[in-house]
Amino acid sequence: MRFIKARLGYLFGSTKGLILVAIAMIAVVTAVWGMLSGPLAELGVREVVVRLLGMDLVQAEREGRIIILYHSIAMAVIAIETYMVTGLLAMKPFYKTAVRALITPGYILAMVFGLLFAYFGHNWAFHGLYIAGLTLVFFAGVLLVIALWPWNREYHQVDPAYARTRGGVDVERVAFFATALTTVISAMFGAVPGSFFGNGFQTFLAENIIRLPEKSTMQYAIIGHLHIMLALIAIMITLIVGRWLNFKGILHKIAMPLMILGTIVLNLGVWGVATPLEPIAHMIIYVGATPSMVAALLLLIWSWGKLMRDGTAGISRPSLGQKLSALVRDPLKFGPTWQMLFMNFTTSGLGIFMAVKLDEIFRVWPAREERIELTGHWHVLSAIIATIILLYYGDMLGLKGRLRQLYGWAIIILSDIAFAGVTLFEMKRLFISEAVQQPLVNALMIAMDFALAMLLVVLAIVMVWRLADLFRGRGRWTEELNHELAQEVSK
Amino acid sequence: MKRCLPILVLLAVLLTACSVDLNASLPAFETGVSPEAWASVPAGEFYFGQFAEAASTGAYEVMVTNVTTAQYAAFLNDALAGGYVKLDGDRVVGYYPGDEFRGVKHEERIDGGDWIFVPLDDPAQRVKYDGATFTAQEGYAHHPMTMVSWFGAWGYCGYYGYRLPTEAEWEKAGRGTDTRPFPWGENIRRNNANFYASRDPFEDMGSFGSRTTPVGFYNGKTYGDYATLDSVSPYGLYDMAGNVWQWTGDVYEGMHYRFMRGGSKDTYEMDLRLWVRNNATPTYASPGVGFRCVR
Repeated sequence: MRFIKARLGYLFGSTKGLILVAIAMIAVVTAVWGMLSGPLAELGVREVVVRLLGMDLVQAEREGRIIILYHSIAMAVIAIETYMVTGLLAMKPFYKTAVRALITPGYILAMVFGLLFAYFGHNWAFHGLYIAGLTLVFFAGVLLVIALWPWNREYHQVDPAYARTRGGVDVERVAFFATALTTVISAMFGAVPGSFFGNGFQTFLAENIIRLPEKSTMQYAIIGHLHIMLALIAIMITLIVGRWLNFKGILHKIAMPLMILGTIVLNLGVWGVATPLEPIAHMIIYVGATPSMVAALLLLIWSWGKLMRDGTAGISRPSLGQKLSALVRDPLKFGPTWQMLFMNFTTSGLGIFMAVKLDEIFRVWPAREERIELTGHWHVLSAIIATIILLYYGDMLGLKGRLRQLYGWAIIILSDIAFAGVTLFEMKRLFISEAVQQPLVNALMIAMDFALAMLLVVLAIVMVWRLADLFRGRGRWTEELNHELAQEVSK
Repeated sequence: MKRCLPILVLLAVLLTACSVDLNASLPAFETGVSPEAWASVPAGEFYFGQFAEAASTGAYEVMVTNVTTAQYAAFLNDALAGGYVKLDGDRVVGYYPGDEFRGVKHEERIDGGDWIFVPLDDPAQRVKYDGATFTAQEGYAHHPMTMVSWFGAWGYCGYYGYRLPTEAEWEKAGRGTDTRPFPWGENIRRNNANFYASRDPFEDMGSFGSRTTPVGFYNGKTYGDYATLDSVSPYGLYDMAGNVWQWTGDVYEGMHYRFMRGGSKDTYEMDLRLWVRNNATPTYASPGVGFRCVR
């Protein structure tokens, strides 16, 4: 009994344990549900999985099922980010405990019962538990907003190296606060139309209605919700990475106000799509996205500079090669900001290119091609966020030496191969016609699927290792039990 | 060597894209389904769309199969001789009276004038023109006509006094009066229809990918060692799911896009569900898009 109690204490009572559980949950869902589509479906694996697990896949409910699947995974990701925020930032112990006590059963209920409801017949009690889970996550968010209140004197920033107001308010904490607050509001922004369309599975995927000239307010709200939630998850992970790497100095002082401004304006623009402001909402969104992306760029410049400076500290006049070598020496520290940069090729740059050439190129193609681009770019963005979390998790694990290099570079290289493949697949019509595309599609599919499969293998190895570790009396888990992320912030 | 690896991989990927034989040999199977046949659909209510909303149509007749390449070649010969269409460089064009333009965001003008019916210079075009006569490419006579724009489909139907089906008519013809997702029932198997990686005898995913099957192919017959399931719709139509997307006739206010139904050889089975819509500009032509008419 003591054996189980100690392990449960680690898994549900420590920051690293909670993050491990959430990553494991996502890994299991990704592994099982990944077999329902793509190459494994083509190979007939889906039929086997469906039969084996007794799934009930009603054709008319596919869109509803997928939406619940997305939400299941998203809740676990939000939980991971919440654990990180509560582990990195100072807050009253009560709030820290309460937020975690709400969000942990919340995402697990949403995930387990959401998927049971969606894929295994409609037991409405399960649906109720799914909604209860989402509600708990929501209230954890509300509590997190309260816990992050930055104008409390005890959270004032005393170190002049960090962004702060004249009165001492920690501007970085304001950025966390603004992101958490707008996330909670944006969750409501989705909950209302979600309840409207979700009742009886009468829902839709946004990419399927994108070309309709007339959309209802509720439809706009759904489109706005899915965009802003992903953007906010991305903004939050950027702030988390900044805190983990100990972002500071002049660039920090410029970046944090930009992050706050960007977050607020971005949200106003997205909420505006469901109001009479809709015709200019996109312009507001662009205005909001720009400072957020500039802030992320400043983080990248600062962190790369620091990696190069730290890595060449013993060299009086380091050459460019020595600096570059220092930059890539630690993949876990270099990777997160590299992935943010890479995102500009696969997501942001692509999105801007699509927006500029929409009527000229993309709207000449059939809607199905546009759907591939839309779903592709946000899948890549989601996956980039996931890889950044995994890179940070690698650092949390305390990986060292060759193992650290292998783990870090495997995540970076494999995911970037897959993301590049997806991007080429999305854009293939620019350089190849439908009639002759198959060999290119096959080559890209092999690259994407191989890279993603290997990435999952790496993740599986880590999960098995962590599982085995739990059976050891003095395993690594005992060291992590009382470690807090704030203690491990880079110097 | 390590530095060159990404470049080599990219080159290999691009080079593999250059080796598609669009005229690779084609199995020849007789389906026994006549492309000249029509099916009657009675007036009355039916379930429309994913959420099975009540809708109704008048009575009409609909082609049992998609228009074939041979039928379209014959039409072009007659229409060219009669001045209904004309050659304009490497394409066949015909007159369309235009749509009302409302200036809605993303809407493009469709003015009255000559619009493309079919491109002749596209290597995927299965109707060949030798300077005097249009003929179906060998082996493709009974395959659905593809590489035809919405104008070309509209023009074909109009030439014979028919018209393109509305989306409602198309869906009712495929679905009947119950809520089934596929023309034949609730579930789909690989030998119900021609879709992406469905392993039909016309497909080779290692080289040219998926190709069209002859109209009416999925009728329960066995072709060589490939057994099909009888996938006829409640009103006796074939290929209402898969093989080629089918143009429909609705022109919607404030948008120039034309809608297609049915999914195709190039799409996953989710797009074969009867309520799924695709759309494109009316000038769009593809090896995966065809049509049938109603009257």
